[in-house]
Amino acid sequence: MKDKIIAFFEVTGLTWFIPLVKLLTNDNPQLQAQTLFKMVGIPMLAIIIFIGLWHVGAAKVDTSLGQLPGPSQVWQQTQVLVDEHYAEREKEVKFYQRQQIRNAEKLAKNPEATIKVRPYTGRTTFFDQILTSLWTVFVGFVIASIIAIPIGIISGLSNTLYSAINPLVQIFKPISPLAWLPIVTMVVSAVYVSQDPMFSKSFVTSAITVTLCSLWPTLINTAVGVSSIDRDLINVGRVLRLNYATTVFKIVIPSSIPMIFTGLRISLGIGWMVLIAAEMLAQNPGLGKFVWDEFQNGSSSSLSRIMVAVVTIGIIGFLLDLIMLTIQKAFSYDKNAVIR
Amino acid sequence: MENYLNIDHVSIEFPTPNGPFKALDNVNLKINKGEFVSIIGHSGCGKSTVMNIVGGLYKATTGGVILEGREVNEPGPDRAIVFQNHSLFPWLSCYENVELAVKSVFKGKKSKAEMKDWIEHNIDLVHMSHAKHKLPAEISGGMKQRIGIARALAMEPKVLLMDEPFGALDALTRAHLQDSLMEIQTELNNTVIMITHDVDEAVLLSDKIVMMTNGPAASIGDVLNVDLARPRQRLELADDPQYNHFRSEVIHFLHERHARKVA
Repeated sequence: MKDKIIAFFEVTGLTWFIPLVKLLTNDNPQLQAQTLFKMVGIPMLAIIIFIGLWHVGAAKVDTSLGQLPGPSQVWQQTQVLVDEHYAEREKEVKFYQRQQIRNAEKLAKNPEATIKVRPYTGRTTFFDQILTSLWTVFVGFVIASIIAIPIGIISGLSNTLYSAINPLVQIFKPISPLAWLPIVTMVVSAVYVSQDPMFSKSFVTSAITVTLCSLWPTLINTAVGVSSIDRDLINVGRVLRLNYATTVFKIVIPSSIPMIFTGLRISLGIGWMVLIAAEMLAQNPGLGKFVWDEFQNGSSSSLSRIMVAVVTIGIIGFLLDLIMLTIQKAFSYDKNAVIR
Repeated sequence: MENYLNIDHVSIEFPTPNGPFKALDNVNLKINKGEFVSIIGHSGCGKSTVMNIVGGLYKATTGGVILEGREVNEPGPDRAIVFQNHSLFPWLSCYENVELAVKSVFKGKKSKAEMKDWIEHNIDLVHMSHAKHKLPAEISGGMKQRIGIARALAMEPKVLLMDEPFGALDALTRAHLQDSLMEIQTELNNTVIMITHDVDEAVLLSDKIVMMTNGPAASIGDVLNVDLARPRQRLELADDPQYNHFRSEVIHFLHERHARKVA
């Protein structure tokens, strides 16, 4: 049982739970307490010092929107945002209840009456916006991966193709999402025309911008992973007279899986960073738009609310990276390799 | 059966920016079925190149290799190779590594159950049954090389090619693997070409030691017939005058007649 729990935390990257489990099961408590202090205590201490510095520093900056908010104001606004979310949800439930009662009454009077269920069009809350952001980055990232991995593999296999693609990659890689966005917006407006669009234009624009910026790390890492495959492994395939497809699927791809995941992890990080900027300009109702709207709003609590969003963006980015790290570890065949 | 494998007037040139580099010049070697042949020489003398030509990984510029009356010019499982650094697929378990080879060689020739038996038989042959489901990263270097040998044997090669198979191992592990290899050889009586730079290994294992001159344009300097009785025992041979005679022959060749100019 205990070993299973430890193995679970090891795989999921939550390694600082391990000494805690050992401590609770009384396995060399002194040593465990020491490791726990190193793994949890020291980071905690750093965070506390940071919050202290923030508290003191923020009090000294006066902006046109009042004093720069310190940690306590930000925490306050976090609670406000949570309350707003629940209030909005309650309103929604009540809206549908009222509608249901009204429709029921209508049907009771006249069974043939056509009834309509109107969707609730209240404000999107902070948490709705988080979900929108996550969904957008996911779509953009998946499209990028679907494009980048195959191209990476074929350009890693062929030197000619690599020299053809390399300059393009090097030129497109450093382009800022803010430069792509106007072009993407115009192209999406021109091409994505439909009476009943499945996705809103702002969503498509943001997702495509994420795709354009998160393609490159995956593509480059895949190509490098494929081209740096051990020659002897290829030779084993030649001795076995494996055909081209079998060589690619049984030897080349498995051996470059760790590099592919390294690329994917970097891509997702970049995608998340790019998304916030894209949402600001494309007005996709996610965290980026939240920040922009609050900035335009300019109320006394705006700065605190923006800071809540900033911290949230950071924490979500960290969690996404943790998820990718876990997947990366699960797919790495060298269990001794240190992946951080 | 005479001249099972015939390396016939093989020369090879590699293109370099400064013109072609002649690595091998007129290498001639005839090997009988069931013979264990070692090729020994200083590093850089083209030992591995000879093996790669027999294996079909390189193509001779002139001359060629004839196996059982047929010229070989591409790699194939009839000339299985044991690589120096084991070259197991790190994402596959030991069993799956052997399985990949067996499945591609015996596709359509053996049933599933027969393949399974054959894979397990070969893993058993190298005494690795206890760790067959482990990944290569989880076992020692010697164990990896055992699986490498099992994989090569599982291809049922006409000639087994070994490129410094124990070169990367420590002395004790190397001795263990040499003993295992002799044991397997008694049982299977394979035709083997082994590249080595270890004099003791060559004398202990071989029927014939091929000593190569230094490159560039290396060729065969001398061939020594090691007619020590089999089975050979490492301990008994240590004090055997005949064994020591063969040993000193090889050492004299390497360090007197063809000493490397720059060490």
